[in-house]
Amino acid sequence: MPNVSMTVNGKQVSQEVEGRTLLSAFLREKLDLTGTHIGCDTSQCGACVVHVDGKSVKSCTLLAVQADGASVTTIEGLAQGDDLHPMQAAFRDCHGLQCGFCTPGMVMSAVDLLQHNPDPSDREIREWLEGNICRCTGYHNIVKAVKQAAQSMKGQQAAAAE
Amino acid sequence: MHNFDYHRPSSLDDAVAALGKGEDASLVAGGMTLIPTMKQRLAAPSDLVDLGGIADLVGIKDDGDSVTIGAMTTHAAVAASSAVPPSLAALAGNIGDAQVRNRGTIGGSVANNDPTACYPSACLALGATIVTNAREIPADDFFTGMFETALEESEIIKAVRFPKPEAGNYQKFENPASRYALVGVFVAKTKDGVRVAVTGAGNDGVFRAGDIEQALSANFSPDAVDSSSIPVDSLNGDIHASAEYRQHLIGVMARRAVAAING
Ligand SMILES: Cc1cc2nc3c(=O)[nH]c(=O)nc-3n(C[C@H](O)[C@H](O)[C@H](O)COP(=O)(O)OP(=O)(O)OC[C@H]3O[C@@H](n4cnc5c(N)ncnc54)[C@H](O)[C@@H]3O)c2cc1C
Ligand code: FES
Ligand code: FES
Repeated sequence: MPNVSMTVNGKQVSQEVEGRTLLSAFLREKLDLTGTHIGCDTSQCGACVVHVDGKSVKSCTLLAVQADGASVTTIEGLAQGDDLHPMQAAFRDCHGLQCGFCTPGMVMSAVDLLQHNPDPSDREIREWLEGNICRCTGYHNIVKAVKQAAQSMKGQQAAAAE
Repeated sequence: MHNFDYHRPSSLDDAVAALGKGEDASLVAGGMTLIPTMKQRLAAPSDLVDLGGIADLVGIKDDGDSVTIGAMTTHAAVAASSAVPPSLAALAGNIGDAQVRNRGTIGGSVANNDPTACYPSACLALGATIVTNAREIPADDFFTGMFETALEESEIIKAVRFPKPEAGNYQKFENPASRYALVGVFVAKTKDGVRVAVTGAGNDGVFRAGDIEQALSANFSPDAVDSSSIPVDSLNGDIHASAEYRQHLIGVMARRAVAAING
């Protein structure tokens, strides 16, 4: 069996896996990182979104061996101790979730959006989140949360620069 | 998904060798089509040869009159590039969703020739050349039918070269569930005249709409477009849209593309 090594949420991991092991299964079953959800398992819903080398991808449509050597961030890797990431905090403040099933993928996808578009419009947020399906919220509060996170992250950057 | 032996060569030569060795080996690029297909067991290769380790296959090169896009360049990278014609960047930026664009590649899309995929229409309309490890194939000869191409077994796409058009525009009527093209039309003004390619609609996959090209060559205006001469029985009808509706949409999308070019 091939051996894969990668950095997951800052920690080095190395394990033997079958070639067909999906990254989503590797994270959940081998590393017990069950925050990454599996909704459709057919590349449609975005519940499984994680970052691989800084880019958001659907972990159900990537083999673990394809992420060999990569740096992976999951929803568990966003908070700093007890301090939620601004995106997580904004989802909580804005009631951007109900059942929470889609939320890890939504948050990871939205964090990627702000990396290259720190001040997105409503439309840009909705377009970016096309691959993330939520069956509960109707999306309005999700868009609101992403906007609030963008504002608070800008504020943090300004404070850091002072 | 059935198991397979996984290979990650770092050169094209090694990839060709690995492809030849496996009993039923398959290339994998972004995996956005192949992995779902394998999950459904519609494909069960004995060996997967991952092109992701070959650095030469990634990148966009501006050659002056044309631009060459490496096979492993993602849709996101094409969308963000200022070197590629704006019509092509816009097409790439509207494929699937952000996460599909972060993994999916131009080589995988072109090799797969899904009848509802976007890139094949750009290749035909812009008169692209598909560059493989063995030869160069003009787009007009490359797309041979639904999911069929001129690629030989063990032939690997290295890059796609697009001549820069005077102007171009792609209009897609999206299937709202899959975001693939229900009908997509790419209209280009090239040095060889007006070229119009249609995806999502043809029974044999992507095709050029000769009558619309002729009409637009005489009069490049939305009013000149008439899709009614495209035979309905050459078009696809399914639960998403009838062949008649697709015939109608070809005209609508072509008119929108011409209007966008005329500004
Ligand atoms: C939710 C979703 C929505 C999508 N929406 C769209 C859309 O709107 N428009 C659109 O056009 N596409 C869409 N796609 C498809 C997407 O663009 C894929 O990325 C693309 O079709 C395949 O590219 P890939 O790199 O993922 O290839 P893979 O899945 O890795 O490979 C596809 C096939 O091509 C072969 N192959 C790959 N690279 C090469 C090469 N260099 N040489 C020879 N053969 C090769 C493989 O062996 C395989 O048979 C969508 C996909 C998903 C999952
Ligand atoms: S579980 Fe991966 S996209 Fe739905
Ligand atoms: S909160 Fe339930 S699916 Fe989004």
